[in-house]
Amino acid sequence: MLTLQVNDRPIQARQGDTVLEACERAGIRIPTLCHLAHLTPTGACRMCVVEIEGQRGLVPSCAFPASDGMCIHTHSERAVEARKVIVELLLSNHPDDCLYCVRNSDCELRELASELGVRGRRYFGSKLEYKLDTSSPSIVRDPAKCILCGKCVRVCEEVQGIGCIDFVNRGSRTVVGTAFDQGLNVSSCINCGQCIMVCPTGALSEQNDLPRVLAALADPETFVVIQHAPAVSVTLGEEFGLRPGADVAGAMTSALRRIGFDRVFETSFAADLTIMEEASELVERIKTGGPLPMMTSCSPGWIKYVEQSHPDFIPNLSSCKSPQAMLGSVIKAWYAKREGIAPERVFTVSAMPCTAKKFEAGRPELGHDGLYDVDAVLTTRELARLIRMRGLDLRILEPEAADQPFGERSTAGKLFGASGGVMEAAIRTAHFLLTGRDLDDLKVQAVRGLDGVKEVRLEIDGLSIGAAVVSGLGNARRLLEEVRAGRRDLQFIEVMTCPGGCINGGGQTMGVSIEALRARLQALYAIDRDEAKRTAHGNESVRRLYDEFLGAPLSEVSHHLLHTHYGAREVVR
Amino acid sequence: MSTVPAETGARIDALLAPWKGARRDSLIPILQDVQEACGFLPKEAIVKIGRHLDLPASKIYGVATFYNQFRFQPPGRYQVMVCRGTACHVKGSAAVLEAICHDLKIRPGQTTRDGLFSIEVVACIGACGLAPVISINGEFFAGVTPDGVAAILDGFRRKEVASA
Repeated sequence: MLTLQVNDRPIQARQGDTVLEACERAGIRIPTLCHLAHLTPTGACRMCVVEIEGQRGLVPSCAFPASDGMCIHTHSERAVEARKVIVELLLSNHPDDCLYCVRNSDCELRELASELGVRGRRYFGSKLEYKLDTSSPSIVRDPAKCILCGKCVRVCEEVQGIGCIDFVNRGSRTVVGTAFDQGLNVSSCINCGQCIMVCPTGALSEQNDLPRVLAALADPETFVVIQHAPAVSVTLGEEFGLRPGADVAGAMTSALRRIGFDRVFETSFAADLTIMEEASELVERIKTGGPLPMMTSCSPGWIKYVEQSHPDFIPNLSSCKSPQAMLGSVIKAWYAKREGIAPERVFTVSAMPCTAKKFEAGRPELGHDGLYDVDAVLTTRELARLIRMRGLDLRILEPEAADQPFGERSTAGKLFGASGGVMEAAIRTAHFLLTGRDLDDLKVQAVRGLDGVKEVRLEIDGLSIGAAVVSGLGNARRLLEEVRAGRRDLQFIEVMTCPGGCINGGGQTMGVSIEALRARLQALYAIDRDEAKRTAHGNESVRRLYDEFLGAPLSEVSHHLLHTHYGAREVVR
Repeated sequence: MSTVPAETGARIDALLAPWKGARRDSLIPILQDVQEACGFLPKEAIVKIGRHLDLPASKIYGVATFYNQFRFQPPGRYQVMVCRGTACHVKGSAAVLEAICHDLKIRPGQTTRDGLFSIEVVACIGACGLAPVISINGEFFAGVTPDGVAAILDGFRRKEVASA
């Protein structure tokens, strides 16, 4: 333990702490714009400068190791004045369109300017002209609002292992851009949106699909159906001032009905359906020696990554569509007919914690008879905007139940919202399929939690199954390299693109802390602990869908509607 | 210095062959090798260098755009070098550069569509007595004025027509 004097009071620090980390732990907040915990400190923004006695200049606390006896002044006049000037300089060529900016309520730059008392423009820099990059179906880049903190570059490279963007040019002409300054759509971007989550300004945001949804809602001829993903209901409350992890499924359903959606369904129903298909596929592959290890296919960023960077593993991907696409497909191909509505009149919306789902919805493979399975995808943030736009408040709405038959879900389907959830749900059902009975303890502790890599070995009825759960594509890449190098003890791998799974998706509420993430995770586990229906095969509505329409898992109808294929993809990488 | 032949891919592979096992710290010498051989950095080369070093293409592009020495278009048959050193600046080289860009309809680092001219900005040619000075394929033009630019460039256009 080290003892430092910070602002004339002693604090304790651990060996290896930076000054910033030591102060944060002691509850002393030093503002930052470029700092990302656990990633390489770059000291790029200089917001975190502090005075350290014995040091000549101001020191960036994010990159300076704490040492015993150090005397630090975090908010001295000199340090605060330096921060203020930095913000003023950043604002000198920043667009003055805060009123219209997508981040106007949660912009870190605006907050700092306010905190530091910047109330006028002192420096006038010439504004650089940049083109807006709207080429991607998921992410919009506006380099004019970029302050070059580099967080997006680091998350993309160090966490996801993609590196589709980097600093281009030099000095005052520097921008964050793709190779050859092309659109994100032809780059190796996997649309995960983790860059949006770390962006302090409005330089990165999701493609806005609200206008299309509003148009559909306004058209009396259109039958508008919405489904919501498992991770959304345990996050959306945060947008309305509720504690992280509050489950607002009921109030959200109630809000969606008032907004005018004709039906409100749960994507978790389709997660149960996915498990029926995927667990059957796994059992079949193990029995017939099919391409193993089988890898999950729910996470669209991961799928694009395999297609562009590891096409040799395409046969290993489960052929199951994602739950979003399965539900869209069943709604148009079966439910619409049952309700006597022409499928062309049905507009399917999905509320997702994810920006890559927007890309997925536009995949030409995911549709039938000229209709897309999913017509529009809203992120959790867009959904909150829609609810606010209609003057609704989740805190006071009476909870309502989702519509049948796609409103019934097991808690296994709900677990899809966290890393390890698909695995846990699949293990429960695979056990049942192989032995005819349920596991004694349905909880599979080894695949729970926020760790990036989790492994477990299962013995089911004489069958030995090695399972791995990874989240964050950097971890996925390392595992793929092990498999390619000859690792043979794995039969089933779950991959989630975002670290921790969908609860930490790129479409979620901005400003997520590790505590909020844990609360969302625990909320999903609490649902699984407290409810009775805990297995996909125990979902009556799923069983009925098989009886009335699909036949059995992996049947011809299932293959037609619930499965898909992938192909190698050429991108600039 | 040649323009890009059709078989760029094979050519880049051949250039990369001696760099087998190279790591990221060899990036700049590799970029220099390619530019030396091709006269510029073709897109294909940037992607291939990325694969070779296991780095994303965006990073190769980022490094290459950081340095003035790298160009991304084949140089023109006539390379117009505009001196932007201190003496030339004082004598009005900014306006000269602007006039050249306007006449050729390209920016520094670019090449005209017909492949005839490219513009490069240099920090100092070392001929301050002649300021503002430009050099085209080694031929120096002293005391250039914005109005005089068109005549100089036309001279090269005529030369090209005559030799055709």
